[in-house]
Amino acid sequence: MWEIYALAFLMIVGSLVAVHTRYLLSAVISLAVVGLALCVAFLYLQAPDCAITQIVVEVIALIILIRATGVERDLLEIRGKKEVFAITATFIFIIVFAAFAFAALTYLPKFGYPVMKVAQEYVKKGLEQTGSANLVTAVLLDFRAYDTLGEATVLFTAIMGAIVVLREVGRKEK
Amino acid sequence: MSPYRETKQGMTRIVKTIAKFVMPPVVLFGIYMMLHGHLTPGGGFPGGVIIASAFVLLVLSFGREVTFQKLRVSTASILESVGALIFLSLAVLGMVIGGWFFINFLPKGYPLKIISAGFIPFANIGIGLKVTGGIFAVFLTLVMFRIVAKR
Repeated sequence: MWEIYALAFLMIVGSLVAVHTRYLLSAVISLAVVGLALCVAFLYLQAPDCAITQIVVEVIALIILIRATGVERDLLEIRGKKEVFAITATFIFIIVFAAFAFAALTYLPKFGYPVMKVAQEYVKKGLEQTGSANLVTAVLLDFRAYDTLGEATVLFTAIMGAIVVLREVGRKEK
Repeated sequence: MSPYRETKQGMTRIVKTIAKFVMPPVVLFGIYMMLHGHLTPGGGFPGGVIIASAFVLLVLSFGREVTFQKLRVSTASILESVGALIFLSLAVLGMVIGGWFFINFLPKGYPLKIISAGFIPFANIGIGLKVTGGIFAVFLTLVMFRIVAKR
């Protein structure tokens, strides 16, 4: 259980750094730390599908955000202590995350067992517990309504972002 | 004057005539799918997308000005917000009345009736409104941005 608390602490620290740092790139990297820690936390909470989704979305968002910060230069050669420190810190973090993820993977139930345990309950008791003849809707809006709320929030946020970015009103003339 | 009057914008007369006849059944089918989400395949998301696609058809065939007499972008975003609020308030009402977030606090009723399954039809209506407004608003935003950028 302490691993989840450690990951939550890391996530809080990453968020605070992302808010308070002066450099845009540092903020993006801190957000990436939050996302990766969330990914390992999903593994500890025995939700590998969420972890896979999280890491894919995180990596793609990280690439887009780093390009959006306008960083042109890469770390090409080792000149002084600064680069050595950066590379050492990178390797240490990679090893720490790999160790956490490996420890989390050992917690997971065996592959393919137990089969369809939750789905059997849904199929058996779906009609009497929700009264909905359509079982998909029963799962979507009753058993898993919280997920649906999350999806609706994601859709809402995406549309709001599109409207804000592509707006006509309030755009400065050049 | 009819909103479907002859305008310079949009496609040819064939497309306009067909769109004129097709649009009301499509909207009706979307509403049916939204209201019967707990009985037949479908639900709030597909129903909302179907209604929004009817308005998208209207934009494509008639142009923006005719469509804005039916549904404005501001109305669409208000619809979206109202749908989201309906869904969220159902969840919070479940916490107030039943004790848990998203508990089905209304009576279940008989299966296969249209008034059954507790709050699921209302949640479907909320999601349907939200998806209708959202898809239509984001489509119009993208269309109008391309027009602005062309100038």
